[in-house]
Amino acid sequence: MSLRGVRQVFPGGVVAVDSIDLDVGAGELLAILGPSGCGKSTLLRIIAGLDQPTEGAVTVRRPAAGRFDIAYVFQDAHLLPWRTVLGNAALPLELQGVDRARRREVAADALVKVGLGDALERYPAQLSGGMRMRVSLARAMVTAPTLLLLDEPFAALDEITRQRLDEQLRELWQARRMTVIFVTHSTNEAVFLAERTVVLSKRPGRIVADRAVDLPAQRTGELRATAEFARETRRVYDALERGEA
Amino acid sequence: MNGASARRFVASIWPPVLVLVAGMLLLELYVRWANTPIYLVPRPSKVVSTLVLERGYLLAALWSTTKAAVVGFASSAVFGVAIALVLASSVWVRRAFSPYTVLFQTVPIIAIAPMLSIWFAPGLKAVAACAFIVSVFPVIANTLAGLISTDLALVDLFRLYGAGSWATMRKLRFPSSLPSLFTGLRVAAGLTVIGTVVAEFLVGELGEAQGLGVVIVSASHNGHSDRVFAAVLLASALGLAMLGIVNLVGRLVLANWYAPARD
Repeated sequence: MSLRGVRQVFPGGVVAVDSIDLDVGAGELLAILGPSGCGKSTLLRIIAGLDQPTEGAVTVRRPAAGRFDIAYVFQDAHLLPWRTVLGNAALPLELQGVDRARRREVAADALVKVGLGDALERYPAQLSGGMRMRVSLARAMVTAPTLLLLDEPFAALDEITRQRLDEQLRELWQARRMTVIFVTHSTNEAVFLAERTVVLSKRPGRIVADRAVDLPAQRTGELRATAEFARETRRVYDALERGEA
Repeated sequence: MNGASARRFVASIWPPVLVLVAGMLLLELYVRWANTPIYLVPRPSKVVSTLVLERGYLLAALWSTTKAAVVGFASSAVFGVAIALVLASSVWVRRAFSPYTVLFQTVPIIAIAPMLSIWFAPGLKAVAACAFIVSVFPVIANTLAGLISTDLALVDLFRLYGAGSWATMRKLRFPSSLPSLFTGLRVAAGLTVIGTVVAEFLVGELGEAQGLGVVIVSASHNGHSDRVFAAVLLASALGLAMLGIVNLVGRLVLANWYAPARD
């Protein structure tokens, strides 16, 4: 997938992102960082095809065979309150016309993977924020997406829940090897999760740094306490500071 | 009804009942003390005894009013929601037609009631039509507000998975609108009773719809203020009952939406 010279101008003349060139290979796990309001979410929406850029082009190379699906996880869970956990997770398949028995099976499977196997018949109002977010993650996974986009998905959660979900997301990626692009403002989260980090400057967002994360593939909670982790975080932080200047 | 919800029901019902009884007692004492003439303010005890003694006549009137109010309310619910769905279907339809829905709210019902009794023939249909006109606007306005304020992230999600506008309406926008739809129905429930009684004032006497409005008009002409207030009490009770039923249905439909109440 590649972006060439992407520029997005909002009504009123505000330039959200400018001259973005970005190539993302299949199976990459990429974090996009930047200060608040730098156009991270705008960029993600453009990649998802939800918005058209004012200038520039987005090309997505689709696999020669097989389906191509994009999944999108929002900052909040955005579940349907009148549906059970299972009904929510099965929604994408339902909209794509998958038959009932099959979609319930796939959705239940995805929910078990995020640790919600015993909450299938509960309603969103009965869940904690962390559980709701995991339903949202399971809902994104049911179509076995080729490209998974996450917009500050765990920002509203407490530290422990957030770290657990980060680990779960990385496990999902290691098992499925889909392309994952996620937006965050946390250097810790970016370094822990991603294989590559892209840092945007303050508005209008331009890419100021694009580098691989030099950490082992197997990452556990202890990694956060190591010198390597601190070094990587520092590098991303320095890039962020350059972008603010 | 299980034990807990029965207790909650009783707990919610006794404070207003207590207020009613206390209010009537105070009024009774005041009216006796001040020796107020009956054509001005009837004694509450007299109203109660009229309710009991004339129950046959009053209940027949209540039944007639109930039929018209229920038909009016049902029409408001069905047509109100249908009109809101049409208006929500496109921005252009909404722009072109929304201003005219306000007519329902601004039309002077007193002026057109006689026309309705010509169009529908006097009686239940004409009265129900008045009740409909008076109560349909809040249903349209609230349902429409619900339909067009759907969570934008979810609209995006449906788009991402290739859902068409029909699927989006059926599986997202309509269910999302239910809390506002019920808000509209709650307002409409009270208005239909008012609309029905007012219509009976105006056109009821001409037809077979001898409802509470007719009772009120003829009793007040004859100086029977006790009968007027008995009829007013019954009309209020009807309004409360309809509101109660709408609330109950709304609570059942939306039962799973909200976290269990801790009150």
